Amino acid sequence: MQTLLSGLCGIVFGVGLAVSGMTNPAKVLAFLDVFGRWDPTLAFVMAGAVTVSAAGYAVARRRDRAWLGGAFGIPTRRDLDARLVGGAALFGVGWGLVGLCPGPALASLGRGSGEVTLFVGAMLAGIALHRFATREPAAAPSEGSV
Amino acid sequence: METNFSPLAGLVGGALIGLASTVLLLGNGRIAGVSGILGGSLFGPVADRGWRLAFLVGLPLGAWLARSATSDAMGFAITGHPALLVVGGLLVGFGTQLGGGCTSGHGVCGVARGSPRSILATLTFMATAGITVFVMRHLLGAA
Repeated sequence: MQTLLSGLCGIVFGVGLAVSGMTNPAKVLAFLDVFGRWDPTLAFVMAGAVTVSAAGYAVARRRDRAWLGGAFGIPTRRDLDARLVGGAALFGVGWGLVGLCPGPALASLGRGSGEVTLFVGAMLAGIALHRFATREPAAAPSEGSV
Repeated sequence: METNFSPLAGLVGGALIGLASTVLLLGNGRIAGVSGILGGSLFGPVADRGWRLAFLVGLPLGAWLARSATSDAMGFAITGHPALLVVGGLLVGFGTQLGGGCTSGHGVCGVARGSPRSILATLTFMATAGITVFVMRHLLGAA
């Protein structure tokens, strides 16, 4: 049941990415290019997503358990460290080079685009590289990873 | 490729992303952070991989449904330069794992709950992405 719900959430998430235009790298780069022909759409995507999600968190805060059982896996760390900033900085450079972040990259796999496939392959290699470079298991949500 | 400002589609699509994140949180107690779900599906506990893989498979399915229904209204244009794709992919993969999140986990879910870590991460990756585009387009003259 949890798997089914998760799959449905993935589908709705994918619809949202495509409807909003986040799956078009040119549109994402046009948002990031504030000194060029700026397309502010992504700010509206974030505003819509954050507003609805904030309502969801407000509901979650008043509950002990999820609908399908189990505790909420909400990250609890609040400290700011160099890994957080360094990782985000590296991610931003990669995002700015191509215009794809993990969600839209996976969502666009169905296009049969060789470019997307190459990007996703490199992204998986980057994840594996981190895993073997740091010798750490993927952090649990409570440790601060999302 | 030049793109047109589309605030309504952005808001509607964003709200759907928020809806999916909310249902995953309230239903399964999980955060809809794509890089975290992806990293966990590869290297996380085996018992935890089912819901992660289901979510990840849903992404291209949903995008395909939306493209079919809208005749691919938002279009698609990506660089054809293999070096950019490989370096970009490596940085996105490595950076999101090191920083513990991406646009969805930090940018949407983390900002929505007011997490200081996620707010700092989002400001950081927005800044370096903007600087990268500025350097590529306005200093190096790439398209």
